[in-house]
Amino acid sequence: MDKKIVLETQDLTKRYDGNTVVDHLNLHVAENEVFGLLGPNGAGKTTTILMLLGLTEPASGSARIFGFNSTREPLKVKSLTGYLPERLGFYDGLTARQNLRFIARLNNMGNDEANQQIDQVLEAVGLTKVADTAVGKFSRGMKQRLGIADVLVKEPRLAILDEPTAGLDPEGINQILDLITGLPKMGTTVVMCSHRLYEVQRICHSIAILAAGKLVVEGALDTLGREALAGGRYRIEVETADSSPQLVEIIGKIKGVKSVEVEGNFLHVTTDSDLRAAISKAVVDNGVALTQVKMQEFSLDDIYKKYFKEG
Amino acid sequence: MITIVRKELADYFTSVRCFILFLLVLLASAAGLYAAYEGIRGVDISTGFVFINLFTTRGESIPSLVTFIGIFVPIIGIALGFDAINREYSTGTMSRILSQPIYRDSVINGKFLAGIITLAIMMATTLLIVSGFGLRMIGVPPSAEEIIRLFIYFVSIVIFGAFWMGLAILFSVIIRNLAISLLASLAVWLFFGFFYTMLIVPAVAKTVDMYLVLLRLSPNTLFDEATMAMLLPQSRGLGLLASGEVSYMIPNPLPLGQSLLIVWPQLTTMIALAAVCFAVSYIVFMRQEIRAT
Repeated sequence: MDKKIVLETQDLTKRYDGNTVVDHLNLHVAENEVFGLLGPNGAGKTTTILMLLGLTEPASGSARIFGFNSTREPLKVKSLTGYLPERLGFYDGLTARQNLRFIARLNNMGNDEANQQIDQVLEAVGLTKVADTAVGKFSRGMKQRLGIADVLVKEPRLAILDEPTAGLDPEGINQILDLITGLPKMGTTVVMCSHRLYEVQRICHSIAILAAGKLVVEGALDTLGREALAGGRYRIEVETADSSPQLVEIIGKIKGVKSVEVEGNFLHVTTDSDLRAAISKAVVDNGVALTQVKMQEFSLDDIYKKYFKEG
Repeated sequence: MITIVRKELADYFTSVRCFILFLLVLLASAAGLYAAYEGIRGVDISTGFVFINLFTTRGESIPSLVTFIGIFVPIIGIALGFDAINREYSTGTMSRILSQPIYRDSVINGKFLAGIITLAIMMATTLLIVSGFGLRMIGVPPSAEEIIRLFIYFVSIVIFGAFWMGLAILFSVIIRNLAISLLASLAVWLFFGFFYTMLIVPAVAKTVDMYLVLLRLSPNTLFDEATMAMLLPQSRGLGLLASGEVSYMIPNPLPLGQSLLIVWPQLTTMIALAAVCFAVSYIVFMRQEIRAT
């Protein structure tokens, strides 16, 4: 896990009129991962993003993106970073292509390069057909997709997406999520905010949960899940034709198995590591028909609930 | 910044708003021309200036073109500037633009510059149209001095317009609501255009000097005076003269240099006013928080 850290904040703090909105936040985002920023409304997610981009000055602390200080070198940060705001707006009178061209020009892209890039991103978000339609006629979902195109047109190395799937229908959500999942392969690290936990669980590698401006937890998704549900252990579910006490005993003796509970034909095995192979072998070797072995999935819901109960 | 100027210009020239403003201006020039048509025969041409009378002559019931311009330029300035910044916020495009690698001030500079260019094009068109038709109507070509006087008049129009645009942009920075920002600019315009000169100054002023000083706080007065000195070369001073003094004056026009000398303070004050308006909006805009909500 020696990945390059591309985004880092140190005790980042922001106060509005005496209220601390973001409180000594320390985030780390590794290169080429999808990082989910979670938290209830008003937790300070958007404010954090604005500080990352140098649009708002922090009260104390600092943020670095690719080694550039967001407050002091905002232009360098902004030329490497694409931002999809939560309240997304376009010039309604201009076409999709014109809107993107304006952004490309602001990024000092040449005409040919811009045109090529615009065609490419419009294709990626599926808006090629309406490229020359005024954005005022777009539906909410089309605007959202254009927003993604708008982020990608500058070929950012970091994309910060605030609620990228808001207002989309299920099919649109799937498209966008697939698109986001593909970004790290193209060399773009993604930081996204979302309220939809299942989305975050589906595409994010790491997450951070904020509450009232403070960092509640940060880490890789699978590690966090195990910690939340099983105190850092693995839970394996084994279904057999006949879960006899003998079998329970044998499984209990496998190295690394901490406990075995019986529930009908199901055995719930808690282990230190992924022992599915060893458990299946033990079952089959004992002549018992094995129906299924699966690792218990941790839903982000559980993680989220756990930390908010504690908090 | 050039990108922003280009985009703003493209926006202005394709917008309905600009189309309406152009129509208004054309209407005003037509009215001004008609006024000149009615009145220009009665003009005293012993001064040697014929052509510029096209702009200053009134008709029987229609005011002269310069009066129209004095009314329309503030409106154009306000119409071009009142939503410059707050529209970007209300459509949500501001955060998108500011997250691009550009300096923040190039947004407001670009908008101001584009507005001034639009205004200058509009007013230049008006003056040229009126000149062209007027030339056809009276058949007397302008002298070199008249052309220079008209050009200086044009410059003062642009400065005057820049002041109103600066004021409107200031309101657009401070006030988030489009309608309120428009109303605020219009209120200031009404105040200076009507109440200030007609009600407040006469009521407050105790002496003639004080009357003039108070009047000249109004940008409209400054512009009117600049217009008068440039386009009516026979006017030798701005302000009130005792009737005794008038009788000593030789009724011949002032040379260009002298006219310029008279309006120089007016011009610089207008430039200063415009600069102050713009500077305040600039500072407020640069310090404005881009808030999450």
